[in-house]
Amino acid sequence: MTWLKQLFSRRQMYGELSEEIREHLEEKTEELVAGGMSREEAAYAARREFGNMSLVEENGRDVWRWLSIENFLTDVRYGLRMLRRNPVLTAIGLLTIAIGIGANTAVFSVVNSVLLKPLNYPSSQQLMALHQIAPGAAGLADFRNGLLLSPSMYFTYAEQNRTFQALGVWIPDTANVTGLAEPEQVRTVAVSDGVLQALAVPPTVGSWLSQADQDPRGSERVMLSYGYWQRRFGGDRAVVGRSVLVDARPREIIGVMPQGFRFLDTDFDLIVPLAFDRGKVILAGFGYHGIARLKPGIAMAEANADVARMLPIWMDSWSNGPGTDPHIYETWKITPTIRPLKQEVLGNVSEVLWVVMATIGLVMMIACANVANLLLVRVESRQQELAVRAALGAGWARIVRGLLVESVLLGLMGGGLGVGLAYASVRLLVATGPANLPRLSEISIDARTLGFALFLSVLSGLLFGLIPALKYAGQRTMLALRSSGRSISVSRERFRARNLLVMGQMAMTVVLLVSAGLMIRTFQALRTVDPGFTDAQHLQLMRISIPDSLVAEPERVTRIQNEIADKLRAIPGVKSAGLASQMPMEGFDSDWDAIYVQDKTYSDRDIPPLRLYKHISPGFLQTAGTRIIAGRELTWTEVYDLRPVVMVSENLAREMWGTPSAAIGRRLREFPSMPWHEVIGVVQDVRENGVQENAPEIVYWSSLLGDPHEKEYVWRTMTFAIRCEQAGTQAFLNEVRQAVWSVNANLPLASVRTMQEVYDKSVARTSFTLVMLGIAGSMAMALGMIGVYGVISYIVSQRQREIGIRLALGAQRGDVLQMILRQGARTALVGVAIGIGAALGLTQLMRSLLFGVSAQDPITFAAAAALLIAVALLASYIPARRAMLVEPVVALRYE
Amino acid sequence: MRKTVKRDLFPGALEMMILQILRRQPSHGYALLQHLKRTSHELLQIAEGSLYPALEGLLKEELLKAEWRISSTNRGVRIYRLTAAGAKHLELEVSSFERMLQGITQVLARSES
Repeated sequence: MTWLKQLFSRRQMYGELSEEIREHLEEKTEELVAGGMSREEAAYAARREFGNMSLVEENGRDVWRWLSIENFLTDVRYGLRMLRRNPVLTAIGLLTIAIGIGANTAVFSVVNSVLLKPLNYPSSQQLMALHQIAPGAAGLADFRNGLLLSPSMYFTYAEQNRTFQALGVWIPDTANVTGLAEPEQVRTVAVSDGVLQALAVPPTVGSWLSQADQDPRGSERVMLSYGYWQRRFGGDRAVVGRSVLVDARPREIIGVMPQGFRFLDTDFDLIVPLAFDRGKVILAGFGYHGIARLKPGIAMAEANADVARMLPIWMDSWSNGPGTDPHIYETWKITPTIRPLKQEVLGNVSEVLWVVMATIGLVMMIACANVANLLLVRVESRQQELAVRAALGAGWARIVRGLLVESVLLGLMGGGLGVGLAYASVRLLVATGPANLPRLSEISIDARTLGFALFLSVLSGLLFGLIPALKYAGQRTMLALRSSGRSISVSRERFRARNLLVMGQMAMTVVLLVSAGLMIRTFQALRTVDPGFTDAQHLQLMRISIPDSLVAEPERVTRIQNEIADKLRAIPGVKSAGLASQMPMEGFDSDWDAIYVQDKTYSDRDIPPLRLYKHISPGFLQTAGTRIIAGRELTWTEVYDLRPVVMVSENLAREMWGTPSAAIGRRLREFPSMPWHEVIGVVQDVRENGVQENAPEIVYWSSLLGDPHEKEYVWRTMTFAIRCEQAGTQAFLNEVRQAVWSVNANLPLASVRTMQEVYDKSVARTSFTLVMLGIAGSMAMALGMIGVYGVISYIVSQRQREIGIRLALGAQRGDVLQMILRQGARTALVGVAIGIGAALGLTQLMRSLLFGVSAQDPITFAAAAALLIAVALLASYIPARRAMLVEPVVALRYE
Repeated sequence: MRKTVKRDLFPGALEMMILQILRRQPSHGYALLQHLKRTSHELLQIAEGSLYPALEGLLKEELLKAEWRISSTNRGVRIYRLTAAGAKHLELEVSSFERMLQGITQVLARSES
């Protein structure tokens, strides 16, 4: 580190050198005096012989200097001085860059945390979601998760596979915990053996659930999440061995998972074991998410082949009961499509994020163009200074370096501010949590994000610095030194760079406006779709679950549900109330199966398509605002009498019987041993899977099902819907709670929200994209407007003399106005034309985000173009007016 | 009449001589210069001032070290002495210089004959 020491002890060394030189001269003088010279003469002679003293000193010092660094520091100091000297320009530039880099850094931190970082499990690239599709099972394509695993599949896969280290199935659920505080509904995850082993995250306290918990008659055990452990047990490590009442059954706590551990993207409170009874497991029951960890070195294709190999084994090993053909599933064409767990977590969000990133990148480029324009103005006014420097011997490279150092400084300072902005906006984003963004809690500004911001700052600094640097640094000094020549007008040459920049800005702005426009049109199209319910804002929802440990008898459950609905209806202001197994767009894993229609014959190998099953109470359809197209709604009498009646959706009725009215009186059933159920009503189609998805065919059953051979069956977890003007208010919710607890005080209310919230959440992806593109589009337009304004007003100021002469020679003021406006319009038109060309290509990339509008929608394109040209004209009008008002005499005297 | 061409030293020559002198006897700048002039019999044209940047350069390379002393004439002087690295450097420089000189001499002798 001697060079470092040298760097810091330099000042002392300089002093020593001067001292030494002085001593030298004195010694020489003494000698000459001793030789007989006068002192004055001797001093003079000594100096003459020594040579240029200050030069020697400087040369001596130069030896110690680290030249390139010092020149660089000089450039930095000079750059800072130049930036300070023009505070307004600097502030505008800084702000532009800060916003640009801030927005980019914020979006990058989201992209980085959500898309780029691996999942929070050890060796997470080995983790796979056991996804499979069944193209042969018609109707299934509507279900979002493909074909989930059945318990029998789990047994076969777990026992027969050759490619996985660990494999298991899981399902999110809810449970009521009692006995700790007031009754509470908690989120649970039920896991089979193999799931925790696959995720491989060790518990903080205690141990995992194990093989022993797989016994359906075995011990009842449970694990806690870190959050629940802290909340309910204050993080007490002695919690292991204690017992909690889960759904009124005591379970022993055996472990706590660490902080931040989540099931894919699911937060949970408890992990309970899934204990399938081997003796009762059949082929069907495709309701479980499969997860597995690949053995090291195994590729996904090998694993897929392995699962495909096991499918025939699965069909041979299990059955759906006597008299059924296990090989009917061959017609389903079940195909394993294993995919990385990360992809499963991310879902379809990556397209949105990349589109947003690209958009924000475009805004950054527009911002850079604006700053480049600002710097061009400044460099232009410094032309003389640069020429003088060049004349004094500064090399081209040195001048370019000086200019670049200045612009990179601007970039870095802007970047610093930008990171501050990004930090604030990321905090805001995580706090508000829009758009069902997965891994939201993991979003943060990390080293990679900071690196990105730094890179962006330097890059943008170079980018907007290079244009003026290249343009002016090499300019012929003579021309510039001649000082502002008395030319009549300024050559086109001088505007070209700025005009090109503005055209580029216009083009990029068109792309952004078109993208935003397409999202607006998509949103409009979504709004016009009838979702199958009305006035979502005044529809209060909540889920109530009645576990069989609390009320065993099925009919009693229905009576309680009925009673709650009656109490709710009695609240002042409530118009109606009803309940259903699931609300549209809630995103629950649906209940579904095939139906057989009485007036159709089915061959043995016919597998009828799968239909969505919903279980509803009388009054539900009216409450939700779902219209009945034909027939009538279910009644409570029919429910309690277990009458074999059913309702179907309009599209199902049309498919089966041609018209809705023709469906009334027809009969259908789920499986051969079920009695025929008569269709009593046909219900309007409901966009069950989201507004953008087609309405599935739905069969509406009663929530209490009677089966002569077996016990009655009741749907215990139901969503209550209440139609009321006060929906969502705290006062109303208190009344609702009182009404529920007046029936049974042990029932917790879960998922309390309005239908509007459910709807908003389901279109969140679209609205998030719309908002982001809208913000980017307006930023781009504002920047573009400033760009046009800057160029036109500069042109006007340069052409003032020319305009004065024109006016003096008799030009009309209107002509001048038109001339300037034409100039602005020309720039805008060229830019818009290029932009439309680019947008035609680029909007293809966002096709999957659009609904009900083509990526080349002419209206959107025309509107964006018209808007931008109008804005450009407006931006040119202000300087053009100034040009019109030029006083010829003043203008000619000018300069 | 043509003037004799005044010849500058080649780069590194002054440094080499400084090292050589200091190897025998540590001394301060002025004495060094006097020694140079005396031993070269005034054949070499050395601007007095050029000595100091050369000394600074050698200090930076750590071929020399310097310390302040009071001289016999009761004057503060900076005494330079050779470091081990300096001695080694000098050796290399001298041998390479001798090779060069030999080469030049041979070429000059050949073309003369």
